[in-house]
Amino acid sequence: MNKIFLIIRREYTTRIRNKTFILSTILTPLFFIGLIGATTYFSQQNGEELSIGVYDESGIFVSQLKSTENIKYTTVPAAVYDSIVAKKPVDDFNGVLHIPQINVDDPQGVEYISEKQLGIFSQAQVDDDLNDALEKERMVRANIDTARLAAIRNNEISIRQRLIGEDDDAEANAGISSAIGYVSGLLIYMLMFIYGTMVMRGIMEEKVSRVAEVMVSSVKPFQLMMGKIIGIGAVGLTQFLIWIALFVLGTTLFGSAMAGHEAHQIAQSQSPEKAMVIAGIMKHVTTQINIPMLIGAFLFYFVFGYLFYASLFAAVGSAVNEDPQDAQSMMLPITIPIIFSIIVMTRVIGDPTGSLAVWCSIIPFTSPIIMMARLPFGFPGTVAGWELALSVISMIGGFLFTTWLSAKIYRTGILMYGKKAGWKDMMQWVFRKS
Amino acid sequence: MHLLELKNIRKYFATQKAVDDISFSIEKGSIFGLLGPNGAGKTTLLRIITGIFFEDSGEVLFEGRKFDAAKDVSLIGYMPEEKGLYKKMKVGEQALYFAQLKGLSRTRATERVRYWFNKLEMNTWWNKKVEDLSKGMHQKLQFIITVLHEPRLIILDEPFSGLDPVNANVIKDEIFRLAKEGSTIIFSTHRMEQVEEICDHIVLVNKGKKLLDGTVQGVKQDFKENVYSLELGDTGPLQSHTDVYDLVGQKNGKFHVRIKGGHSANELLQLLLNQGISVHSFNELLPSLNDIFIRLVETTPASRQFEQVQ
Repeated sequence: MNKIFLIIRREYTTRIRNKTFILSTILTPLFFIGLIGATTYFSQQNGEELSIGVYDESGIFVSQLKSTENIKYTTVPAAVYDSIVAKKPVDDFNGVLHIPQINVDDPQGVEYISEKQLGIFSQAQVDDDLNDALEKERMVRANIDTARLAAIRNNEISIRQRLIGEDDDAEANAGISSAIGYVSGLLIYMLMFIYGTMVMRGIMEEKVSRVAEVMVSSVKPFQLMMGKIIGIGAVGLTQFLIWIALFVLGTTLFGSAMAGHEAHQIAQSQSPEKAMVIAGIMKHVTTQINIPMLIGAFLFYFVFGYLFYASLFAAVGSAVNEDPQDAQSMMLPITIPIIFSIIVMTRVIGDPTGSLAVWCSIIPFTSPIIMMARLPFGFPGTVAGWELALSVISMIGGFLFTTWLSAKIYRTGILMYGKKAGWKDMMQWVFRKS
Repeated sequence: MHLLELKNIRKYFATQKAVDDISFSIEKGSIFGLLGPNGAGKTTLLRIITGIFFEDSGEVLFEGRKFDAAKDVSLIGYMPEEKGLYKKMKVGEQALYFAQLKGLSRTRATERVRYWFNKLEMNTWWNKKVEDLSKGMHQKLQFIITVLHEPRLIILDEPFSGLDPVNANVIKDEIFRLAKEGSTIIFSTHRMEQVEEICDHIVLVNKGKKLLDGTVQGVKQDFKENVYSLELGDTGPLQSHTDVYDLVGQKNGKFHVRIKGGHSANELLQLLLNQGISVHSFNELLPSLNDIFIRLVETTPASRQFEQVQ
């Protein structure tokens, strides 16, 4: 077993020392931070900023149209409208809204005149603003007390979920569970894919450069294959642990810096509900989600999901020849269940106790991703004890099976040059004696 | 004592009888040539000897006991025909890695690598990547990796391909020295002049079967055709047909004659002397291994055919 350790060490150290590893370890979190930052930034920049002149002949809307951050309404005299209609742009305004004398019950003929078209969001907002104003005008005419109506309407119920057998204080929050489930499922998917294909490429490289033959005259093919799989898996685990460490470090550093600032902001915040929502999320995450259990499950499904798929990728790597095109087509049957898992995951998050969710989280082809998507919804509870136990057992069994299968294919494939092996050939290699 | 003994080895693949009942044995400390045309089954045979393949039937004995791949691979060094090393790995590290895989401790491995790098003047290569090496350098490194762990059996498949004559000689000298120090060497090639120069004992295989087995001199004696080369004094034309000999050729002023069956070389000389012809030189022409190889292999189809193996 000393030999397998030597192989693991070589696979591990050559990759850890590689520049791509160091770069990807640092750049991936930066990329995610950048992505989140960019989305937040753009979502706060609500599209275009418009200044709209309002020429209101009806007199109904003038006092009702409220300017917002994005759209500024200004009442303009007829002269401005006339010059716009005469195709002379007015510098201060993007366009002019013309409201003719209209019938309140059947408003027709409201126009927006400008050089440039409005974006769909801006058009929707202008429509909304006009309709709100119209609604108010109609209420006034119908003698409805708007203040009273608002009071009547302002008591929406938001249900609070409480799960049987859990702490009474604990609240279930489907949104947060979904988010955590989604992120863990996606992470497992990425890690399995990246490191699985890395195993395949490593084996193809050994085969193409003919090192394999020198190697198998010193070690058993099985040792060579497992050494590669375990070595690369250790690289993946290292990378993941570095990310966890960076995340913990980052959140503690930012957390302490932000804590004071945020509390201040929440206190100042005009909407107390917002403060309560944030407090609720924090409480939910800390009390309701079993973080150590989730991390443990994540490591288990990452390690075994990786081993399960990496040995299949290894078999493909050993069967193909120089042509990378071959690898693409041979990889397909392996990638299909992985991609299928990701597609199913969105449904599973919507319905974490459905039979699709239960079975997909037990079958080892899909269980690493699907079980990780279900677990944040609660264990035991949403995920029953027997489901997790069965899933773990079938995962380990599946890993033993794919390793056995791949070892057989690998042993023959790695020394097979010339013709491309098909699935039929590979099956023959599996069932051939010794 | 035999270092390696193969008894009735068979290995069939789906469409070929790659090795079909081959037996031979190799003396300890000898240089053994395994010859054969492309696709004759040499590589399969070598892979069985190195424990990469298992024979379907038959027996391999290593130092008199049954060959056990798991234990005995550390006593074997194998340089395959298709040379391969990790391209991105540094030369020194790579040599250490392979030596350790053969069971050497790290300190011992370092010692051995240093020794060989010194010997073949490769010290400056230590931190170079393998992809930066020329083909000849690559070959030298591969040779060192094969012999680093002082194996008792060294298997070299086409070790000189791509080497210039100077470097080929360096490797050749090392092969002779290793054999003298007690290593046994199996040498596989198509280059017959190298075999004549290096090998003590040869086996020729074709289509999975053994065609020839013996010492280089013995084989040549077996295949000789009683042809002699004569250099004669200025005595005019030689009779082309007599009772004793036939003239078969003339090259560089020398006559090649074949002595007829039942007659001896002495009778030929007697005949010539009686005719008053002065003989300047007289020697027997032995066939080259190349001729023997071609003659034996030519009788079978040049390229191997696929067949169904039941």
